[in-house]
Amino acid sequence: MIYDVVIIGAGPAGLSAGLYAARARMSTLIIEKEAAGGQIATTDEVANYPGSVEDATGPSLVARMVEQAEGFGAKRISDTIESVDVAGKIKILKGEKEEYQARTVIVATGAVPKHIGCPGEKELTGRGVSYCATCDGAFFEDLEVFVVGGGDSAVEEAMYLTKFARKVTIVHRRDQLRAAKSIQEKALKNEKIEYLWDSVITELKGDGLLESMVVKNVKTGEESEIFADEDDGTFGVFVFVGYDPANKLFEGLVQMENGYIVTDDNMATNIPGVFAAGDNRVKSLRQVVTATADGAIAATQAEKYIENNFEE
Amino acid sequence: MIELNKENFEEEVLTAEGTVLVDFWSPSCEPCKALMPHVHELEEEFGDKIKFTSLDITKARRVAIGQKVLGLPVIAIYQNGERVDGVVGDEATTKSVKELVEKYS
Repeated sequence: MIYDVVIIGAGPAGLSAGLYAARARMSTLIIEKEAAGGQIATTDEVANYPGSVEDATGPSLVARMVEQAEGFGAKRISDTIESVDVAGKIKILKGEKEEYQARTVIVATGAVPKHIGCPGEKELTGRGVSYCATCDGAFFEDLEVFVVGGGDSAVEEAMYLTKFARKVTIVHRRDQLRAAKSIQEKALKNEKIEYLWDSVITELKGDGLLESMVVKNVKTGEESEIFADEDDGTFGVFVFVGYDPANKLFEGLVQMENGYIVTDDNMATNIPGVFAAGDNRVKSLRQVVTATADGAIAATQAEKYIENNFEE
Repeated sequence: MIELNKENFEEEVLTAEGTVLVDFWSPSCEPCKALMPHVHELEEEFGDKIKFTSLDITKARRVAIGQKVLGLPVIAIYQNGERVDGVVGDEATTKSVKELVEKYS
């Protein structure tokens, strides 16, 4: 079958696109790689999404979005797209399991956490180094934890981690946080949070588990090594230093800028019938609220594109 | 899938003969929960060659740390009580887990 709309990615952008597309009675398929939700699925608290209920968590918000999109008839499947051919009028997406055909494609692949990029990081991932506080926070009950970064995610996740950890130290390369003021105010009141300013991690060490790390002061150039408490034997390093767009599939196929897909105000890329929505496109604010807006616009424009380019 | 805990981990994994798969997970780990149905599917196909088990780390945190597991998801393969292979974090995908299971069955 040829779908009217195939959406790659089931985060807020993809699910919102799915909801709008299915509501417009277009045949709609949402393809998700692993779990629905994207980054927000591993976020503990969603306080800034308008209309969000109190104590809304990422997973609960996503679950409601999924239910809503499916309620209008969007189909959801789990597959990993390995290659795409979007040049023709009918777009072909080759997945691990199946091949899909579509009149329009909405690329809502989102972004993935950036790594520090220092020696030892890869070897110690899952052994003390983590990119997901809700996944791994519980391991660090009464242990020491370091959070790398100074943006909203870093500070919010640092606060979440104080539920478990004995002490949480924010390691930031500048001398002040970049997070929203309201988040900073909350964090500054939290007695379990300490700060290591002007600092970056240059090496992570450990045999099997994270045991020490080398921290460099970017102002003085001085390096020092921080060791795990002897009784603990290990500690945690949670990395929130930004995100990279997950656009590999479309490299060389659609126009990009620094790895982000370039779209117009209608979410259209330079390839007819291919739209982008969410964190993977060039934009100034990457939040759930802008992702869902992108998705709605992309789906509406996909409908227009089909009306203009395909006969009934 | 055998549910592991503090009491039976040693018997079911560390002193068990043959090949054992351990799915380390926690209720707040969304990627782990997304992976779980795929692991169940693999059990139906390969359950006669590999013993499939899962450990909720919130009920046995020290056991997990003892196995040098300090981040999720982890799908680990044990042979005669020795951890011989596994996939961790972002690397644990439906594809990589399937390849892992096929390699040891």
